[in-house]
Amino acid sequence: MSDDTTRLFLGLVGVLLTASLVAGVLSLRSPQPLPATLENLNARIKAWWIMVAGISIAFLFGTGGVILLFAFVSFAALREYVTLTSTRHADRWTLLGMFLIIVPTQYYLIWIDWYGLYSIFIPVYCFLAMPALTAIRGDTSRFLERVSEQQWGIMLSVYCISHVPALVTLPIPGNEGRGLLLIAFLIATVQGSDVLQYIFGKLFGRHKIAPNISPSKTWEGLIGGILSASALGAGLYWLTPFSPVEAGVLAGLACIMGFFGGLVASAIKRDRGVKDWGHLIEGHGGMLDRADSLVFAAPVFFHIVRYAWT
Amino acid sequence: MRNGASLLQTAAGAVLAGLSRAVTGVRPIWAGTGPNGRQRIYFANHASHGDFILVSTCLTPPERARTAAVAGADYWNAGTARRFIAHRLLRTVLVERNWVERTADPMQVMLSALDAGQSLIFFPEGTRNMTEEPLLRFRSGLYNLACARPDVELVPCWIENMSRVLPKGAVLPIPLLCRVVFGAPVALEEGEDRKVFLERARTALLMLAPNKDGTR
Repeated sequence: MSDDTTRLFLGLVGVLLTASLVAGVLSLRSPQPLPATLENLNARIKAWWIMVAGISIAFLFGTGGVILLFAFVSFAALREYVTLTSTRHADRWTLLGMFLIIVPTQYYLIWIDWYGLYSIFIPVYCFLAMPALTAIRGDTSRFLERVSEQQWGIMLSVYCISHVPALVTLPIPGNEGRGLLLIAFLIATVQGSDVLQYIFGKLFGRHKIAPNISPSKTWEGLIGGILSASALGAGLYWLTPFSPVEAGVLAGLACIMGFFGGLVASAIKRDRGVKDWGHLIEGHGGMLDRADSLVFAAPVFFHIVRYAWT
Repeated sequence: MRNGASLLQTAAGAVLAGLSRAVTGVRPIWAGTGPNGRQRIYFANHASHGDFILVSTCLTPPERARTAAVAGADYWNAGTARRFIAHRLLRTVLVERNWVERTADPMQVMLSALDAGQSLIFFPEGTRNMTEEPLLRFRSGLYNLACARPDVELVPCWIENMSRVLPKGAVLPIPLLCRVVFGAPVALEEGEDRKVFLERARTALLMLAPNKDGTR
């Protein structure tokens, strides 16, 4: 563990302790039962504690630990996603293959650092193999719908999420042995932006961006969130190989992608008539409720860094 | 061996509960009742071999230890492996469904399990539901049990999604999120007609099923 890692985690624990303390005092003072906003805040703080604990443990085990952690995130996300899709009996082999073959293979390829294959394994080979397998089973009822749902699920929950641990493998000159910190930077800025957008939206939110999809997403929240998250990113530049300005710009980009991720996830949930993806943490929604912004941010962040810094 | 589960059964129950949580992330929804330590008959919709595992996963460990699933003897006594699973690994109360050839009265078998203090997981449709209907007509078994042992609580349990995880004929389960909704107990009323009671119990179970839009 480098000094920077220790510093980062002490900082995170400090932030969470402050947040828990503030939320605790607010909860004690407010009338019972707690208003929905406070209930929601408490739920989020609890989820962050679990998240920070999970990531810390994974970091202790190094690259392998982080790859395993995100393989589990993909598994849980895919399970939530497939539960909401309409599956037919003929899809069994495709679905089993998604869980038993695609998830382990994708993360194994990242483990052995075979960029040439893990970047196309899903969008080329799986996307061709999955409809072929479904077609062999002969059930053509709503074929296009089923195949599209499966492919989009694999894209979101496996391909995109797997680009978080893939950051470790980037050979950035001068950043040897500090790949895990780059992951910490991405997660901290994207999750931080979620929170900041939420806070700015609550304080100043007037103009809704997409009222049909999510009433809580406002222009004021988005702009305030991205600006403050960019500042947060710039302040965390010491985790990265970037200069403060570069770190701020990359954080801003990741946050814009994160916003779109949240918006798309809300649209899917609305289409399926559910409020949350699942019930991974009791009463706090599922894996995808916490990871939706990371899903969109990770591959874009990965490829920009790969293009410009390696 | 009648009152408590054997060590092997307790271990197998815990392992199965762990597995079913890993695959289905199952969570009990207590809507109208909670775990209260009373002797119960959990009656549930039935479409998959995994159904009783899902219900028992949702129970507290002491309740799981004394709860047995009522299953068809014709299926579970066919072959050494199945017999070993049904008799040694799991807590099952096997009843013979075939009228002509049966040697033991199913009612007697279930009543003696109840008298030994066990709770039961019971599928009142009598067989796995392979139709598009959400729930088949109930057989008389539930009514007969309610008449014979009126102080045992009858708890409806709606099992969601298990038939997608492990449909008939499948060996490997597909990981999907499942829920079990436990409703308020249904009691047989004084002098209630068999058909009226069975329909009331069936409605109570059906009411626990989520609507198309995900609400209940």
